Amino acid sequence: MTEPIIRAQAVEKFYVQPDGNRIEVIAPVNLDVEPGKIITLLGPSGCGKSTLLRILTGLSKPSSGEVLWHGQPITSQNVGVAIVFQSFALFPWLTVLDNVEAPLEARGVPTLERHKRALRILDTVGLDGFESAYPKELSGGMKQRVGFARALVVEPEVLFMDEPFSALDVLTAESLRNELLELWLSKKMPTKAIFIVTHNIEEAVLLADRVIVLGRNPARVRADFPIELSHPRDRKSPRFVELVDYIYKIMTQPDLALAAPDATAAAQKPARQKYQMVPHARVGGVTGLLELLQDRGGKEDLYRLAEVLIMDAEDLLPIIEASVLLGFITLNEGDVEISAEGTRFAEADILSRKTLFRQAALEHIVILQQIDSILHAKTDHSISQEFFYDILDEHFSQDEVERQFETAMNWGRYGEIFDFDRESHRLVLAEPVSEPHPPTTTPVQS
Amino acid sequence: MKRPQRIAFRPLVRVWSVLPRPSAASLPDLIMFSGGLALFYGIVEVGRNWLGPFTPHVEISRSLGALPVYAGYSLLRIALAYVLSLLFAITYGYIAAYRPRAERFMIPLLDVLQSIPVLSFLPGVMLAMAALFPGRQLGVEMGAVLLIFTGQVWNMAFSFYASLKSIPREMREAATIYRFNWWQRLIQVELPFATIGLVWNSMMSVAGAWFFLMACEQFSDFRLPGLGSYLQTAADNGDTRSILLGILTMVAVIVLIDQFVWRPVIAWAEKFKMEQVESTSVPTSWVLVFLQRSRGVALFRKRAIRPLREQMVHYFARQDEVRAESASENVAALWLWRVVGIAALGASGYAVVRVVMILTGLHGFEFHQLGISLLATFLRVNLTLALGALWTIPVGVAIGFNPRLARIAQPLAQIAASVPATALFPVVLLVLIRLGGGLGLGSIILLLLGTQWYILFNVIAGAMAIPTDLKEAASVFGIRGWERWRKLILPGIFPFLVTGMVTASGGAWNASIIAEYFHFKGQTYSTVGVGAMISAATDAKNFDLLLASTIALAAVVVTTNRLVWRRLYRLAETRYKLEG
Repeated sequence: MTEPIIRAQAVEKFYVQPDGNRIEVIAPVNLDVEPGKIITLLGPSGCGKSTLLRILTGLSKPSSGEVLWHGQPITSQNVGVAIVFQSFALFPWLTVLDNVEAPLEARGVPTLERHKRALRILDTVGLDGFESAYPKELSGGMKQRVGFARALVVEPEVLFMDEPFSALDVLTAESLRNELLELWLSKKMPTKAIFIVTHNIEEAVLLADRVIVLGRNPARVRADFPIELSHPRDRKSPRFVELVDYIYKIMTQPDLALAAPDATAAAQKPARQKYQMVPHARVGGVTGLLELLQDRGGKEDLYRLAEVLIMDAEDLLPIIEASVLLGFITLNEGDVEISAEGTRFAEADILSRKTLFRQAALEHIVILQQIDSILHAKTDHSISQEFFYDILDEHFSQDEVERQFETAMNWGRYGEIFDFDRESHRLVLAEPVSEPHPPTTTPVQS
Repeated sequence: MKRPQRIAFRPLVRVWSVLPRPSAASLPDLIMFSGGLALFYGIVEVGRNWLGPFTPHVEISRSLGALPVYAGYSLLRIALAYVLSLLFAITYGYIAAYRPRAERFMIPLLDVLQSIPVLSFLPGVMLAMAALFPGRQLGVEMGAVLLIFTGQVWNMAFSFYASLKSIPREMREAATIYRFNWWQRLIQVELPFATIGLVWNSMMSVAGAWFFLMACEQFSDFRLPGLGSYLQTAADNGDTRSILLGILTMVAVIVLIDQFVWRPVIAWAEKFKMEQVESTSVPTSWVLVFLQRSRGVALFRKRAIRPLREQMVHYFARQDEVRAESASENVAALWLWRVVGIAALGASGYAVVRVVMILTGLHGFEFHQLGISLLATFLRVNLTLALGALWTIPVGVAIGFNPRLARIAQPLAQIAASVPATALFPVVLLVLIRLGGGLGLGSIILLLLGTQWYILFNVIAGAMAIPTDLKEAASVFGIRGWERWRKLILPGIFPFLVTGMVTASGGAWNASIIAEYFHFKGQTYSTVGVGAMISAATDAKNFDLLLASTIALAAVVVTTNRLVWRRLYRLAETRYKLEG
């Protein structure tokens, strides 16, 4: 077997809170980047895949574990990598040529050679004639080409790409993907491996020689398998569809124990009882999904659903998860089926929907149960936001706490379980729904 | 499209290659050349004056021919103080942004420094600087520059710091992964990113600087030759013609700075905007176009700036390699920082002890007097703010709601506001005395003069920012009259009003130092107030009282800022912000 270029050994990321409690963002991960492969890292949004990329490039230090570059500990100076960013991260005040030359300037490459190399690479990515343009004069696709050129000009051994196509429109993304593949397959660049972080399942199957799927909270490797289809790949071929379906299945079933080649991750026992994590979906999304399902006979293939809704996995998955959690749908082998409660919800009118939603939420969602019981127990029926931040703090990272709270607010307000006063940062028990006039204090968000 | 020119590498820069060839010299080049000559002559003249002996009572000529010279002196002080401020702001912001330990106290300190009324230090600073350079004009000049510096530097430092902190993460990571050295980071990432914020803050700072400069130039024993003292002398003599000429020169200078400095800089800074697509309306400047066309400038860039840049880049790239090889922790630098920190702590500890000793030496009646003065000034400042808000809110909203009115009124108001209130103080006082009023009423008018513009401009901006659909919704639902003010206009302009009032409040406290106590026609006019107390203590050389009242004033301002303005500001930011 070939020697890996980058080897991550039990890298882990966690935050230690003042009380000594650890919030784990990335569970110990072992990962090798071998030469000759395109590797894609897939995972739901906010699962820590970008953090893992930054650890592998040496930009960010793991809390424990080690990253080796050709067997040596990685530093910002010895590593031969480049990154293509989602937001392009070009310098808007530099021309295209200056942007591409900047990494060479940093390495002290003499002026003439610098020009020559930059111009040659711009030629390669099809930006001939745009040297003196400023990034803001270019379209998104052109900008990302500059991003490619800037990355390739340093002749990196490993090219990292962090969601490189997700800020582009569908057609541009497709053509850039093909050009990347062409450059790679024709060996026009000295790069030995490409590592792409993405949430787009099809993109992963289209490009990768090896796919790694990350799970969430904390991030851990849930699947790691090769794709041996030959290029160019046909999206309609049975094997392709099968692979996409397979990945969908992994990603929608967070608790399914899949082949985890990673012994440490499997052996890792959770330190305490896992707190239920609310998926970041809005009630409007859940409502829309249920209505669509009802419309299509109550049962649909996940992959088809994503196509019909023109949503990618990143946006669709939280809605699916939320609906499952609330008991409105069931998942079975990549198929979504609406439940009896789901059907009732989809067919109800606006006011009854609120009641149904409240029942479902109070039955299944832990944080809402807690809020509800505390609000009822207190004589003034109100409690400060901080209280719940403290509860959530025990289990989630700072950003995640805020997202959890936001989602709980959205659901709780819709179900009229409670209301939230932005001024005092307090939760208050909502007025009973049975009042003759419709409540005005509860804004309906969708 | 044309390929960019290949840069020929030249190790040595010859001066004559930079200057335009006579045959090729075009009009822009000739003008630039004569400008350079004039600059040189000016430097020699100023040097002769400043290094010359100290003249305690500068005779101010009221002749028309003297005006440009005075204007030149005033401008020079502003320019010097500005350059100092810029360098300091960049250093301060840089350290605060990158050293978390320093950041913890540098940023709160910035907040305090920004809210202290600088003019209260005017007497102290002038006395100190005159003592530092005995017998030389330089001391007093440096005092003025230092004072303007302290008046303008803080918001620039904060702007630079905030810009550094808001550089997008991916842009920073790009710089790291592509191994930018600190120099390359500074000129290719940090400075460009911070430029727009720095430019706008510089404009505000320089406008404020005129206010302080005028006060410095008029300051009793240490008068400086300049526009401020010219206007004062003219008012002293009741010379209407000179007063008018002086104000006209003032306005002309400010308009010229706008045309020749700020406009070109703003137009140039456009390229540092973090925008994804080109905006449709781009600020332009004829001066910038002129400079860009000048062959001399182009030659200078090609022959001097680019080679210099190349050399710097290579130098720092090599440096970085050397540093990477000897990747040991820089122990010496760490110790240097510790020593600096301890020295600063020690110095401030000593200062606190001294101040406490001085304050305990004061008499009871002096504290009593100080309390009354503080209260009087507090009431005066807030009455001024109320009066200012009372007239500017209706007028500002009227202008903001009516584009046609705005086109006429706004430039007029801008010119009126550009004349620093301190320059007008002697003139207003002259009128007041002729009408038989005292400084009691006069000080309020003087304060109003200095502060109302902040409120007016913010109210106009606020009224303009109220979205048309909100206005239409209000009229569709029949909301008019007082109800319209309560539901639409006042909440809409609230954030802007608060911003204006905060600035105005700072300005008013500052102005109180000179508005409450004034030497005029050989007499001293004064009214009860902490500003008067500070000035009187200086005149009487009662330094203990001067110190006590300065500290008390600063404490009151900082406290009100924290207790009142900051809360209102936060409220405006969270609840009344109109988000798109």
